[in-house]
Amino acid sequence: MSGAAMTSLYRRRLFVNRFNLVASLATMAFGMAFLLWILGVLFYNGFTALSPTLFTQMTPPPGSAGGLLNAIAGSVVIVGVATFISTPIGILAGIYLAEFGREGWVAPATRFINDILLSAPSIVIGLFIYTVYVAQVGHFSGWAGSFALALIAIPVVVRTTENMLHLVPNSLREAAVALGAPMWKVILMVTLKAVRGGVITGVLLAVARMSGETAPLLFTALNNSFWSADMDGPMANLPVVIFQFAMSPFEDWKSLAWAGALLITLAVLIINILARSVFRQASVR
Amino acid sequence: MNETGLMSRPTVAASTLPPSTPKMTIKSLDFFYGKFQGLKDINLEIAERRVTAFIGPSGCGKSTLLRTLNRMYSLYPGQRATGEIRFNGQNILDAGVDLNMLRAKVGMVFQKPTPFPMSIYDNIAFGVRLYENLGQREMDERVEWALTKAAMWDEAKDKLKQSGMALSGGQQQRLCIARAVAVKPDVLLLDEPTSALDPISTAKIEELITELKVDYTIAIVTHNMQQAARVSDYTAYMYLGLLIEFGETDQLFLKPKRKETEDYITGRFG
Amino acid sequence: MTASSASTALPHPMSGAAAPKVQREPGPPAARHGAGHWQDKLFEHVTQFFALFVLLLLLAILGALTYAALPALSKFGFSFFTTNVWNPVTSDFGALAPIYGTLVTSAIALLIGVPVSFGIALFLTEMCPAALKRPLGTAVELLAAIPSIIYGMWGLFVFAPIFGDYVQPALKSVFGDLWILGPLFQGAPNGIGMLSAGFILSIMVIPFIASVMRDVFEIVPPVLKESAYGIGCTTWEVVWNIVLPYTKVGVIGGIMLGLGRALGETMAVTFVIGNAYKISASLFAPGNSIASSLANEFNEAADPIHRSSLIALGLVLFALTLVVLACSRLLIAQLAKGEGRKT
Repeated sequence: MSGAAMTSLYRRRLFVNRFNLVASLATMAFGMAFLLWILGVLFYNGFTALSPTLFTQMTPPPGSAGGLLNAIAGSVVIVGVATFISTPIGILAGIYLAEFGREGWVAPATRFINDILLSAPSIVIGLFIYTVYVAQVGHFSGWAGSFALALIAIPVVVRTTENMLHLVPNSLREAAVALGAPMWKVILMVTLKAVRGGVITGVLLAVARMSGETAPLLFTALNNSFWSADMDGPMANLPVVIFQFAMSPFEDWKSLAWAGALLITLAVLIINILARSVFRQASVR
Repeated sequence: MNETGLMSRPTVAASTLPPSTPKMTIKSLDFFYGKFQGLKDINLEIAERRVTAFIGPSGCGKSTLLRTLNRMYSLYPGQRATGEIRFNGQNILDAGVDLNMLRAKVGMVFQKPTPFPMSIYDNIAFGVRLYENLGQREMDERVEWALTKAAMWDEAKDKLKQSGMALSGGQQQRLCIARAVAVKPDVLLLDEPTSALDPISTAKIEELITELKVDYTIAIVTHNMQQAARVSDYTAYMYLGLLIEFGETDQLFLKPKRKETEDYITGRFG
Repeated sequence: MTASSASTALPHPMSGAAAPKVQREPGPPAARHGAGHWQDKLFEHVTQFFALFVLLLLLAILGALTYAALPALSKFGFSFFTTNVWNPVTSDFGALAPIYGTLVTSAIALLIGVPVSFGIALFLTEMCPAALKRPLGTAVELLAAIPSIIYGMWGLFVFAPIFGDYVQPALKSVFGDLWILGPLFQGAPNGIGMLSAGFILSIMVIPFIASVMRDVFEIVPPVLKESAYGIGCTTWEVVWNIVLPYTKVGVIGGIMLGLGRALGETMAVTFVIGNAYKISASLFAPGNSIASSLANEFNEAADPIHRSSLIALGLVLFALTLVVLACSRLLIAQLAKGEGRKT
């Protein structure tokens, strides 16, 4: 190849390289710009709508002032119950997949199905709980909302538990077995314990995911404009309140919606940060 | 230095020890990983209160053999052993054997130190609690006894509540030895216990082994021939799943009966 | 006997105080209770039960939704999926418009999202200064953590007006008169509609796809990249020719993850898609996705056939997600087979 042609080929390669690297920088800037824009708008609108009455008053009818107390309380209860339901199920299923899943068909099939459920649209989960529970008992309820959220959380916990247990080296298991410990003690007191930081992280991430979900609550817990302490009836919750208020034409409702959105986002972000720091502290060596 | 270049051993040759009975007798042992045969017709005796070393090049089956002695392979489907290993009057390869009780009597220490994710105290108490209901004071005594046996008491006595994982590599391995000893087994299986450690920790553990053999029957796998020569009373040389030669360590290293053994020991092979 | 240190376990009855403290052998072990076998079996069965629970869950979801969708499906038959009609008054329903809306918005989301995610992953792994890597990576993951309803609200109140005032007219003037692309950019630029929804959706899926891509790019063995640099490749050439093919399984998985997310996303889309059962060529037109129809109408639907039709819509969405997942697994299996590596 002549010297002149080689240089022009080389120049072209350099140009392509530079072009694509600049484009990649641009995409990063694009992503960051939107993150800052969205968070900025949220914080601005949310903080201006923040006031102590948020935590002391119930959701108001349009045109009057109020707070979000019933919605906040309801969300805490619904997510709390859902966590309580989903964590043991998820961890135990994850243990089965990692520790007993070497032979047979149950483990591979469950793993496959768990992946499917992980990507299942949350609104479909809401529909499911509606058809099998709400339609059967005849009314919306906080329980239904918790069931729907639990179904969303379980695949997350199963996946992270299994992944964490796989990280434990076999030599640790064998060391416990070599002492004559029965399998269940090996798993619960040694293997699971070795990765408990990671498992807790998985649970926290599931909680964060549940806290931000609106769709599954639309047809299950619905909403309640009053204080609802009875889980067996429609229950106030933040996401559905935000949805209703934001789509409405009333200004005071819209500003309450922003405040609620800010609260949810802060909760989710804090849980995420917590999960990361827990995970960093207690990792398998 | 003798003619094979090995360091002289601090301990006395096995033939000058009072005679010992076999603690475990292996007869016609075959081992399979799926279709692959890892051990072929092994016959040997593990003498009581002596150290028996298994040596040989990588892949010869020495670790496989060690792991049949406490049925560790039973954890993994597709691995199986046929033949007989007699221990305390029964064939431990039989289907009805209580594996947990077997492992209470035949303990194991692994190549990689494996402290449990708990305090030093609990590491040791964990095994003991599997079998005995000891009161607080008795458990404290047992923990101290085990750590002393492992030459760890002075280093560990102020750190009992700290995590076992906070120790150095050599200390972690001695913790694992203490843990194995605490349940008072009859036999101790050591699978390359010092290959992950520095020379000073290695020397400490070798010293420990010579002390432990007063009370325990020990089988050790090592890829370090000099270690086998230093520490063991009997040595088995293995190659490709076969037991090539077995005899008193002095005799095997000074006057090996088989040419293959001699080739390996003198470094012509492996 | 052997040259041993003082820490032998043999008792020294005569030494008394001279011997180290714990010299007496602790008593023989108390009666050993055997470690539980039935406990192990029980434990295995309990955990297996919960694993089966997960398994059966999927079947239950499919079963329940199919059963509830049957009235509508049996009334309309297969034409339910091909007709565009949605009339609660006459109880006549055909799902074409929401299905079209779901597919189009997801396609837009991927068209924009995949290249941008790739760029972000490239930046984070090859170009980013070490000090910024973690904060920027965390920032990307933060985008993923923001609940989707915030995207919806931001989309409706902030993004849509700007989109309608500046971006849409610009697009219209540039592309509107072209022969092929023109029809895509017609109609009133009011900031809502398919394009807006698709764009917001893309912002939502970018963090997912970018995170997965970044993770798989990072585990490419350095020796592989070094051997390419060693013959004089530019950074771009290394990424395009070495990193990307090496990680294609993970990349495909990430894209499918993003697609699955886009198909099922409700809140981000509902606010800005316009809630109209229309199919039009223009991306500026309002429309509906399956999720947004459900969100808007389900609770108000009194007519059982209306309800059943909506549930049938949900079933379609679920089936779509399943198809996407199955395709991605098949694709991954094919790719891995081609390399002689089993999945």
